[in-house]
Amino acid sequence: MKNCEYQQIDPRALSVSPLSAQSHTEKKEQRPRRKWEVFPGKNRFFCDGRLILSRHSGVLPLTLGLIVVTCGLFFAFDCPFLVKHLTVFIPVIGGALFVFVVISLLRTSFTDPGILPRATLDEAADLERQIDSSGSSTYRPPPRTKEILINQQMVKLKYCFTCKMFRPPRTSHCSLCDNCVERFDHHCPWVGNCVGKRNYRFFYSFIISLSFLTSFIFGCVIAHITLRSQAGKSLVQAIQESPASVVELVICFFSIWSILGLSGFHTYLVASNLTTNEDIKGSWSGKRGAEESGNPYSYNNIITNCCVTLCGPLPPSLIDRRGFVPPDEVVPAASTASEMELPHFSTKNDVNMCTQSTKDVLERMINSGSQTLCSPGPPKTTPLVQGLPSTAALSPEPPPSAGCSGPLGRRPTDSRCPLFSRSREKESLHSINPAFRLASPSPSVTRTAKTLGGAADVSFMPLQPGSVGDEAP
Amino acid sequence: IYFPTPLCVVVRVVLLYLSVFPLCHQTHSLQDFQRPAVSSKVFIQRDYSSGTICKFQTKFPSELESRLDKQQFEETIQTLNNLYAEAEKLGGSSYLEGCLACLTAYTVFLCMETHYEKVLKKIARYIRDQNEKIYAPRGLLLTDPIERGLRVVEITIFEDRNIGSAR
Repeated sequence: MKNCEYQQIDPRALSVSPLSAQSHTEKKEQRPRRKWEVFPGKNRFFCDGRLILSRHSGVLPLTLGLIVVTCGLFFAFDCPFLVKHLTVFIPVIGGALFVFVVISLLRTSFTDPGILPRATLDEAADLERQIDSSGSSTYRPPPRTKEILINQQMVKLKYCFTCKMFRPPRTSHCSLCDNCVERFDHHCPWVGNCVGKRNYRFFYSFIISLSFLTSFIFGCVIAHITLRSQAGKSLVQAIQESPASVVELVICFFSIWSILGLSGFHTYLVASNLTTNEDIKGSWSGKRGAEESGNPYSYNNIITNCCVTLCGPLPPSLIDRRGFVPPDEVVPAASTASEMELPHFSTKNDVNMCTQSTKDVLERMINSGSQTLCSPGPPKTTPLVQGLPSTAALSPEPPPSAGCSGPLGRRPTDSRCPLFSRSREKESLHSINPAFRLASPSPSVTRTAKTLGGAADVSFMPLQPGSVGDEAP
Repeated sequence: IYFPTPLCVVVRVVLLYLSVFPLCHQTHSLQDFQRPAVSSKVFIQRDYSSGTICKFQTKFPSELESRLDKQQFEETIQTLNNLYAEAEKLGGSSYLEGCLACLTAYTVFLCMETHYEKVLKKIARYIRDQNEKIYAPRGLLLTDPIERGLRVVEITIFEDRNIGSAR
């Protein structure tokens, strides 16, 4: 992993052009990393970033296993009889359906559903500045929604605290994958991935073809058993001759109910250009009555809706999994990596408090940069102290500030500076915090510098160098 | 008194970086020495008034007033919007592509580039052109929105060393 220990600037490197110097040193330190390696969401990547799966892969192996086993039994036990007595096209059709189902399933599981990459530090800071500039009081929490007009309909855009941006319409944050997904439908455990804008058509073709496949197998197995028992034998005898058929029958019988139901439901969603998420929440039908025109995204024409959803242009993946991480870029991803590493990481409330007070952090920094208010030791600890007092000082009571400092440390212990007693607690918290303990003093200043430099998440970014460098997997 | 001037903040950050910093930020400051320092960044947000299609706001940001014509800016953004609309256009050709893909179980995309990807390449070329001709001479840099997940058009404003304006 990236080595972020303190190193002196090499004077010789300054005379060389920056890119070659940096790439030279970078290559000495590490090979260039691809973006999927530092991806902040809870995803798994295969084939060097070509395939993406949710970390909660759910029951995907079970789904695959059921399909393969059922079809295998079908081809092994039912097809020979049916080919002899009916037609040779039965295994051909069965084979084609099976191939289509498996390909659709794999496509749904391993395709990026439309994950939105998280906002960069600059963007987040800019956005926060805009939010704060529109408000008058610094003590009011920033508005977390933005109302916009889409096709003469008021739509609320929510601010995502994890991804640090206002979510586009129809985008939702999946808590299982920890990503904002465009046109979020649902997180499907059977498929082991979210279903969103980019893989909805694959998901739909999967469930449609699966319903055809299960119905086909069910019908064929019924025909098989019927034909066997017609030839003078009883039903029980027929079953005894071909026990696998019973297994298939049972699996198909239970699957058909759920799969056909799901297909019907999704066909309705496609026809009305809705997502499961919107339908469940009743975003358009509940509040505004049963009119179809409540949905601003619908084209009010079933054919158009179907074409748009299923045959429309497929946007490319926005997360650029196989791109290389620019060597000079501060990777916001790693902040979440450190987020996951630290056990006491904040809930959304704490993030809210932290983002709210970033502006105050900046203010404090500017105001106190020229003075050293609490300078017990070397100047480099001063910014550290300055950076955090605002989060404490402006919080009306201990719990929110403790909540904000929760990710950074544990309970406050001592207080040295009379002016910013809570900031002292933070300072000692940092020494207690394992992430800080592992880091050398200089990175802590840089962390604060980064924080003060406009990072929206006060608590998260500072921990990146130390934690990534030392707790590298 | 609270004046969150981004310039002051950036300057202080740079000073802190220069004092003590690890390797990962060392390269950042090297670039500061060699290339014009980044003065600030302007973000053009998405315009969702027409739905979920990719469209950016054409409102001229105040930070660019000293550097760029309003006309120029609007033309750039409008062209970008038109290009994205072309990428997401629903029509006969896109439906055909979708149906063909469905019939081949989507394996056709292993050998063929989608229409959207082709237009994205066109957009990248256009942005490169615009940067070379219009934005770089004025000390600005347009970042391709695809690198920011189609969330924003990021315009980096560089320090204007010629005029000698510090910070």
